[in-house]
Amino acid sequence: MASDAAGTPSAGDSEAIDVRGLVKRFGRATVLNGVDLHVRRGEVHAFLGPNGAGKTTTLRLLLGLLRSSGGSMRVLGLDPWADQSQLHRRLAYVPGDVALWPNLTGGEVIDLLGRLRGSLNEKRRAEMIERFALDPTKHARTYSKGNRQKVALISALASDVELFLLDEPTSGLDPLMEATFRECVKELRSAGKTVLLSSHILSEAEALCDRVSIIRAGVVVETGTLEELRHLTRSTVTAVVERVPSDLASIEGVHGLTLAGQRVTAHVDPAGLNAFVAALSAAGLRSLVCQPPTLEELFLRHYQQQARGNAKREHPTPGQAK
Amino acid sequence: MSREFAGTGALVRLALRRDRWLLPLWLGLFALMASSSASATKSLYPTQASRTAAANVINATAALVALYGRIYDPTSLGAIALIKLTAFGASLIAVLMVFVVIRHTRAEEETGRLELVAAGVVGRAAPLAAALIVAHGASAALGLFTAIALRAVGLPLDGSLAFGLSWALTGISFASIAAVTAQLTTGSRAARGLALSSVGLAYALRAVGDLAERGPGWASWLSPIGWSQQIRPFAGDRWWIAGLPVALAAVLTPVAFVLRSHRDLGSGLMADRPGPSRGTLGDALGLAWRLQRGMLAAWLVGCIAMAIVLGAVAHNVVGLLTSPQIRRFMAALGGARGLIDGFLSAEVGIFGTIVASYGVAACARLRSEEVAGHVELLSSTATTRARVAASHFGVTLSGIAVLLVCTGAAIGVGHGLATGDLRQVGRLVGAAVAQIPAAWVIASGVLVLFGWTPRAVPSAWGILVVFIVLGEFGVLWRLPKWLMDASPFAHSPRLPGGALHVRSIVGLLAVSAGLAAAGFVGWRRRDVIG
Repeated sequence: MASDAAGTPSAGDSEAIDVRGLVKRFGRATVLNGVDLHVRRGEVHAFLGPNGAGKTTTLRLLLGLLRSSGGSMRVLGLDPWADQSQLHRRLAYVPGDVALWPNLTGGEVIDLLGRLRGSLNEKRRAEMIERFALDPTKHARTYSKGNRQKVALISALASDVELFLLDEPTSGLDPLMEATFRECVKELRSAGKTVLLSSHILSEAEALCDRVSIIRAGVVVETGTLEELRHLTRSTVTAVVERVPSDLASIEGVHGLTLAGQRVTAHVDPAGLNAFVAALSAAGLRSLVCQPPTLEELFLRHYQQQARGNAKREHPTPGQAK
Repeated sequence: MSREFAGTGALVRLALRRDRWLLPLWLGLFALMASSSASATKSLYPTQASRTAAANVINATAALVALYGRIYDPTSLGAIALIKLTAFGASLIAVLMVFVVIRHTRAEEETGRLELVAAGVVGRAAPLAAALIVAHGASAALGLFTAIALRAVGLPLDGSLAFGLSWALTGISFASIAAVTAQLTTGSRAARGLALSSVGLAYALRAVGDLAERGPGWASWLSPIGWSQQIRPFAGDRWWIAGLPVALAAVLTPVAFVLRSHRDLGSGLMADRPGPSRGTLGDALGLAWRLQRGMLAAWLVGCIAMAIVLGAVAHNVVGLLTSPQIRRFMAALGGARGLIDGFLSAEVGIFGTIVASYGVAACARLRSEEVAGHVELLSSTATTRARVAASHFGVTLSGIAVLLVCTGAAIGVGHGLATGDLRQVGRLVGAAVAQIPAAWVIASGVLVLFGWTPRAVPSAWGILVVFIVLGEFGVLWRLPKWLMDASPFAHSPRLPGGALHVRSIVGLLAVSAGLAAAGFVGWRRRDVIG
């Protein structure tokens, strides 16, 4: 079955994960409210969001552990709920909170999960245990959170699958192991595998990922390459000029203007950049630094919007247009 | 010293908050059970003569003596009314207190919640102290409520207090034992199992003691349940015996605290040794067997030991019969063989319910695996949902069958060795096999809860207790037949000696299969939730 699907990619098959309008309710609480997520084959895709935004719920739905309340989902061209075991042969999952059987050793768990998945590459198993410096003879009850995570990671990375679903996989790892993990993800990408990496660590996503989706309060609010996302966002411009022009604040798209002597700092929309730099240039430009937004800023912008949104919901103001 | 106990008060409040429904419910249930037995007996035996006759029959029937103990004053209404609750009721309270103590000590440690608590201003000894305060307090309250309830239905004050005391002290004894076992193992399941097998052992020891000629024999004095009987409420009220359980608690409590202070949080007394670096487990069934085999082995050892002892005393039945009146009664029942069979069939029936409780524990493992997050990990592999459930359910059904076959054989061997007649082994294995379907129904019921209302899986224990109580007290309380028939145990054949109704066996098997199928359907349709 797996070779069929891989050998004859149909029109909708170029996407490893194709989620449209996904809704999940638990009783009266709506956790996902129309999530759209598109992960192309062979890319490393970051799934970013603050705690409680719905990242783990989405991943559990993609695994068929939860049943969706609405919308459509295809993973590797299959329905996660109906074709569970067929799909799971082709993917590996690392949960955010890895719980192992306390009386099995790490080595036993790696082998068990590999066999249950249907593929365990012996060479890679040995290599990964070496690289992640795991002692496989220890019982799981004695492992720290980081070591439990290593067990799940090693078992996933040692299996021959097409898709990796990783839920905050580095949250318990030390910086050294985090670096090892990054290397492994890069190797997966060059091997043509697809990775969906849920995280709230932005530097990780910046270092590893081709594309990014940001989820907030159960809705994907932005998706695209980092370039594309930055394009939509204000750059920070810092300049030193001979004389400060008086009309800078009135230029369309200029925000948070601060003046300190001859130094000018402002956040500028892409649309206002031309007029702003022209005004500075006319004022005798001595130095100019234009910083693209970091992912951190993108993230914070959405997060603050959410906080403001919550405040609005608590104190509704009449006549709100947006 | 006081620093070791810092935060105990806050932990007591936390425990009471967590148990705010569980404890009052059980306390009320026990008090109600005692008082309704007392008032039912009063109307059942209105005259002094009828009470004495009934008491003499009970004292002369070894099966009843082994199960419930002796009535030390045949003229006492209270002693007759509460005979079924003296040893049997006390052992139920012992089980309850074991659950309470382990729940607030080792189980909290195992899940890591205690780590969160221990990081606050909480002394090392505080969690254990809080658990003991809650369990001992609950035992005392249970005794007091029961005494008040008994006095309220018209029993003498002294006896009511003595009976309440006997229950309270049993609870305190086994809470103390559980406090020690909680320090010995790293898993809460093993700690609970160890404490519960001490309850089983205490119950069996007192049965041996009660059956001894001119009882109680020495074995009764080794058993905290035996002590509670020997207080003899309503038949002498021997208050001084209360010193024995108090002394036991006074010895075990410091032992538990010393053990606690000599180990790390989360660890047992035994250090961890390296295990294999490669695994041989290949599928969900192998994993379920690996996770469950220890518990099954423990139950097997416990059941076989208890069965050999009870089998060995069965032939004493005849020796207990003295008065010509009783001998005529016996002849009507089918002679000595009939009486021994009656005793054996009662034992086999008891083991049917004991093994059913193994079934609840084993099948409920599915839910605890889900809560622990292990099912999430398993289900993310190519293993189907059905396989995950079938693995533990399969181990449960086979475990029930193995336990009952071995128990039947052990009763037979015990009985055969005592009488030199090993041909009985086959009959008793057959009798025990006939108890398998009812226990399977209980296990399948747990699967239904797991499939449809996973958070309600622990209520299976309550349902099991209700079925056992229906069987024990249904007739005494004159409950309607349909209600008593709701218990699967009511449909198990009474073997050896009784009739074997193939129809009811087939019926039980069909119900079990139907429940299991419903459970699988529910599990396939629902979310995996922690």
